[in-house]
Amino acid sequence: MKYTKEHEWLRVEGDLVVVGITEHAATALGDVVFVELPEPETMVSAGDEVCVIESVKAASDILAPVDGEIVAVNEALVDTPALVNEDPLGAAWFFKMKLDDLSVLDDLMDEDEYNEMIG
Amino acid sequence: MADELLRLGLHDLHVSLGGKMVPFAGYEMPVQYPAGVMKEHLHTRAAAGLFDVSHMGQVILRPKPGMEALALALEALMPVDVLGLAPGRQRYGLLLTPAGGIIDDLMFANRGDHFLFVVNASRKAVDIAHLTEKLAGAAEVVPVTDRALLALQGPQAEAALAAHVPVAAMRFMDVAVLPSAFGELWISRSGYTGEDGFEISVPAARAEALARALLADERVLPVGLGARDSLRLEAGLCLYGHDMDETVAPVEAGLGWAIPKLRRSGGARAAGFPGWESVLGDFEGHLHETIVGLRPEGRAPMREETHIYDGDRFVGKVTSGGFGPSVGAPIAMARLKVDVTAPGTQLTGEVRGKRLPVTVCKLPFHPTSYKR
Repeated sequence: MKYTKEHEWLRVEGDLVVVGITEHAATALGDVVFVELPEPETMVSAGDEVCVIESVKAASDILAPVDGEIVAVNEALVDTPALVNEDPLGAAWFFKMKLDDLSVLDDLMDEDEYNEMIG
Repeated sequence: MADELLRLGLHDLHVSLGGKMVPFAGYEMPVQYPAGVMKEHLHTRAAAGLFDVSHMGQVILRPKPGMEALALALEALMPVDVLGLAPGRQRYGLLLTPAGGIIDDLMFANRGDHFLFVVNASRKAVDIAHLTEKLAGAAEVVPVTDRALLALQGPQAEAALAAHVPVAAMRFMDVAVLPSAFGELWISRSGYTGEDGFEISVPAARAEALARALLADERVLPVGLGARDSLRLEAGLCLYGHDMDETVAPVEAGLGWAIPKLRRSGGARAAGFPGWESVLGDFEGHLHETIVGLRPEGRAPMREETHIYDGDRFVGKVTSGGFGPSVGAPIAMARLKVDVTAPGTQLTGEVRGKRLPVTVCKLPFHPTSYKR
C-alpha cells in the first residue's frame, strides 16, 4: 500500500490502482453523509479534484493522486456514505485508475513514512 | 482585540473526555468527543446530552427604581412582553438596532427582584455595552463571571438531573434557584436542541464536579458544538451570525412568533421599540424576504451561502445548512423572497456549479418535545 500527503491510500490490483482515504482521514472528517464520484472513463491529472466527501461537519475533496484514467468508481458509497467511516481501507474504496506506468507509485510514501507524517 | 483564545473552566475535563477543541466565538470549545457528531446528536434525541455552554454570557439586571420600571425600559429595547413575565419564568427576547436589525437573540428570566439574561458568546460584549448604556437609569448591569453554564438536553434529562436536584415539577421556560451538593444552581427548563431539557448555571468551582456527576449517569453523553448545531438546525432554531445579524429584522429571520400581539399594531403596548415602524410593517405586507426550511432532494448537503434559484431567478441564500442526523437527510434554512416561501415550492440550490432540486418546507424539521 502507498500513501499521499492528502491522506489517500493506493493499492495495486492487477494492472489497476485502487484509491481510498486513510483511517486517519476518515476519523478527522467525522461521519460521512455524502459522496460524489467522478464519471468512469475520465482522464485525470495528479491534483485534480475528482471526488467530493461531505461529513456532518464540512465538505472536502479527494484529489487524483497520480495521472491516469479513472476506469471504475464505487457506487456503493453513494448509497451508503457511512462505509467511509466503517471500512475506509476496504469496502470504502473510491475509484480504480489505469496508469501508463506503475513506477510513479514509487514516489509516494510507504506505510511507515505515512505513519510518521501523521505522527 | 485579543487574539488568544479563552479557555473554558471545564477545559481540562473536555480534553480528558477526548474532546476535539476548536476556536468558537473567541473560546476553545469541544466540537465533538470520540463518539462523533452523529452519535452525539442521536443520543441527545434518544437519552440525554451534556453540553458546556459556559461561553455564553450570563448577565444580571438589577433594577434601580423597581422591577416594573425596568420591565418597561426593556420593552423599549425588545419587541416582547417583559412586564407580563411572571417571577420564575423565562422568555425569548431580541435586542434591536434603531433600524430594527437584531443585535442579539437571548433568553431573559424574571427572578423576582432582578432579571437574568443569557446571551450569545459572540455578542456578549456588545450586549453588555448596549444594555448598560440604554438602561442607565433603570438597571445596574452586572455580568456574571464566576459561574459555568451547562445544558442537559434530551428525554432522559429530567431523570438524570432529578437525581441531584428536584426539577421534575418545572415546566418549559420555568426558572428556579435550587440548593444542591454543587452549590446554588440556577436552573431553567429550556435549551436550544428542540428537546426537553435544562440549562444549569453552577458556581465555577463546582462545575466540574457537577459535570462529572451527570456524566456518571449512563444515560448522559458529552456532546460538542457540532451536534449542538445539527440539533438546533433540525429544531428550526436560528443561530446568531448565520440566520440573523444586525442587518436582518425579526420577521425576516422567521422570528415573528417572538413578537406577541400585545406589541404589534393594535396591541395594548404596541410599538415603542427600536425600528418598530419597519418591524411591524413586516407583518402588514411589507415583508420582502423571510426564513424557511429547505429539503434538498438528493443527499448533497446545502451549506450556508448556497444560492437558491426559482427557475433562473436568484431568490436568496442558505443561512444554515447541513445534514440532519434524526431526519436522515440534508436540511437547510434559507432566507428567500416571500413569493417563493410557500411550503411545497420547488426551487433549486447551486452546489459546486450544479442546480439541484429543493423543496420549501415548514420548520422545524424534527418535532420539538418541550414539557409544557
